[in-house]
Amino acid sequence: MNDQVYFDEMLGTEGTVRRPYQPFNTWFEGEDPKHLRAKQREAEDLFRLTGITFNVYGRAEAEERLIPFDIIPRIISGREWQKLSRGIEQRVRAINAFLYDIYHGQEIVKAGRLPEQMIARNDAFLPEMIGMRPPGGVYTHIVGIDLVRTGPDEFYVLEDNARTPSGVSYMLENRETMLQMFPELFSRNRVQPVSTYPGDLYNSLAACAPEGLGRKPTVGLLTPGIFNSAYFEHSFLADEMGVELVEGHDLRVEDGRLCMRTTLGYKPIDVLYRRVDDDFLDPLTFNPDSTLGVPGIMDVYRAGNLTIANAPGTGIADDKAIYSYMPEIVEFYTGERPLLENVPTWRCSDKESLAYVLDNLKELVVKEVHGSGGYGMLIGPTATKKELAEFRKKLEARPGNYIAQPTLSLSTVPIFTKSGLAPRHVDLRPFVLVSPKGINITPGGLTRVALKKGSLVVNSSQGGGTKDTWVLED
Amino acid sequence: MLGKTANGLFWMYRALERAENTARLIETGQRIALTRMGASDEEWRSVLQTAGTLDGYIADHEKVTKDAAIDWLLRSRDNPSSVLCCVEQARMNARTVRTALTGEVWEAMNGTYMRVKEVLARKVGERDLPQVLGMIRQRTGLVRGATHGTMLRNDIYDFARIGTFLERADNTARIIDVKYYVLLPSVTAVGTSIDNVQWETILRSVSGQGGYRMEYGASSEPRDIAQFLILNRRMPRSLSFCAHKLRDNLGFLGSDYGERAPSFAKIDHIDRAYLSLDIDAVFDYGLHEFIQKMLLLLGDLGRQIEVDYRFYE
Repeated sequence: MNDQVYFDEMLGTEGTVRRPYQPFNTWFEGEDPKHLRAKQREAEDLFRLTGITFNVYGRAEAEERLIPFDIIPRIISGREWQKLSRGIEQRVRAINAFLYDIYHGQEIVKAGRLPEQMIARNDAFLPEMIGMRPPGGVYTHIVGIDLVRTGPDEFYVLEDNARTPSGVSYMLENRETMLQMFPELFSRNRVQPVSTYPGDLYNSLAACAPEGLGRKPTVGLLTPGIFNSAYFEHSFLADEMGVELVEGHDLRVEDGRLCMRTTLGYKPIDVLYRRVDDDFLDPLTFNPDSTLGVPGIMDVYRAGNLTIANAPGTGIADDKAIYSYMPEIVEFYTGERPLLENVPTWRCSDKESLAYVLDNLKELVVKEVHGSGGYGMLIGPTATKKELAEFRKKLEARPGNYIAQPTLSLSTVPIFTKSGLAPRHVDLRPFVLVSPKGINITPGGLTRVALKKGSLVVNSSQGGGTKDTWVLED
Repeated sequence: MLGKTANGLFWMYRALERAENTARLIETGQRIALTRMGASDEEWRSVLQTAGTLDGYIADHEKVTKDAAIDWLLRSRDNPSSVLCCVEQARMNARTVRTALTGEVWEAMNGTYMRVKEVLARKVGERDLPQVLGMIRQRTGLVRGATHGTMLRNDIYDFARIGTFLERADNTARIIDVKYYVLLPSVTAVGTSIDNVQWETILRSVSGQGGYRMEYGASSEPRDIAQFLILNRRMPRSLSFCAHKLRDNLGFLGSDYGERAPSFAKIDHIDRAYLSLDIDAVFDYGLHEFIQKMLLLLGDLGRQIEVDYRFYE
């Protein structure tokens, strides 16, 4: 696969600098690499001092690590972005309509566009949500859509993140770091700002507060605590929004409301932006051993006295098995052709597909239906014989647990290395906010980059890094 | 503010203050060891005792030696009051209350943690000790300075100050508790200078040599030193000064929250009944008994604050 030609977002396939990168390239060529290397180190010191770290599960020796940051920005033209954001908006609209339908009439099943077992036999489906309309009618207040690119005009959705997408703090801090290190770059390029995100997030959450409050809603952010891998992000967002960062043991249900323990006693919370999975939310309703959630919170929610963002049960929409039906879902609810493509997907639960996947394992990427973070997946082209054999056994034992996709020729963006620029594969996670007032997409998002040459795995837990992502004002 | 946040702020600043005080105690111990002829390792026993960790040390070591004592106080993981543990604890609490701190305070705290962790990763040799101790004092001072210069004067700041001064009062009381016999007039007749080294130890442990000279001149009398450490209202580490700051900050909380909590009554009582006295009255009460009483009352005050402001469920 190494002789394959990939689309490079800076150099195209021909090696000429593409337009969005031209002013940057002029700047870059005038820079002394030694100076840039010093800047790269400066960026790392900045991240460490600010505490922009993540915790790695199961690793005691290096409990807090930096996600490597690369100083070469990923640049997207305003025109490209406009097209993308229309597709994202359409998709997010469809996801919310789908969730409402799934927990109410299930018209899509009745219409025969989605097999019933995809819902009924799916762990991500929460019977507790049946017939319940979340405040403002919004299910996914915050969505992250993972996109990959294979050519100048070819974008694919790799994954929808409709539960508790993370990474937005890196989008914001990467930009802050670039502004601090290379202010001159921002005078030469008109880059659309991302710094409005925390304010937009707050407004969007507040707009989803339970109706008829008659006062300014109180918003809280629920974190599993300081040992969670994304704790930095939780505290960062709470800080930027000016809301309380709460843990399960700060909360209790009092007089039918969710309340937090303050220095003056228990005070109600109206909107809870939770960064805790469904399963841990309420030990009375879900996992009884959970200490991360609040006993009785689901009762408050069902009584309409609390907004939970995202709503419980949204996992049914970003499940990898449902993913393969997204083109149908978009069409069914919007009446339009999907603007963003899905990656072709084989559902291994299907006999013929399974046979195809087993025959072509070496060419495919196989993912667990419920997995995330790049764990438990097989990348055929780079897997060893042993790994292939092991996966074959897993597939045969539990085919319904897996989907397979072709290995895409992911685009590359250069990173800064000791020997100059070098192309590396990237993906993109734009962040989307949903409220009754509308859908808001921050221009840019989180670009994750596989730092290892040839690698296609961009996850931070697997050695990926990040880049600042620019959307230009054309 | 969340009760948890109040708790985190209180302990962040307590731990920070303790790290600084421990560094100062080591500095003093080392100074005595270097300047006093025939100083024995036994002096370190009293340093350990003052730091409140003698029992822990003895459980872990066969005898008291200078090297082992310094290492125990600076960087032992088995000693929760070691500088390293305190700085880690302060930083962990700072992470918990990150949203209550200004960016500058957080960065000062995190920078302090990173530097201390790096420097204390290995045993500190005698040669590097002065520099390391200086760095600890400077770094903790930096956090305090950032706090002073950038934080709003609201309940967040009040809890930070309450943690600071409760720890400081406790520390000063322990210094006197360990050395009280030196100050007793019955041991050295009134009017005679006490053992130079001993009073130097006491004053150095609170960075008070210069201040003492300004207030009382060059001679060192036990009653003056006791007055200085217990009742002096200008000495920032005296019991009276700390009690006043505690009273002020608990008072601010009271007016902020619209009601005075029982902890305010307690600090008010401590101040009126014990720290508005004449130094003679303290000696009449019994210096040792007085300090024991203070330690008891301060501990009780800390527990009351936890309850009043819902630190825990």
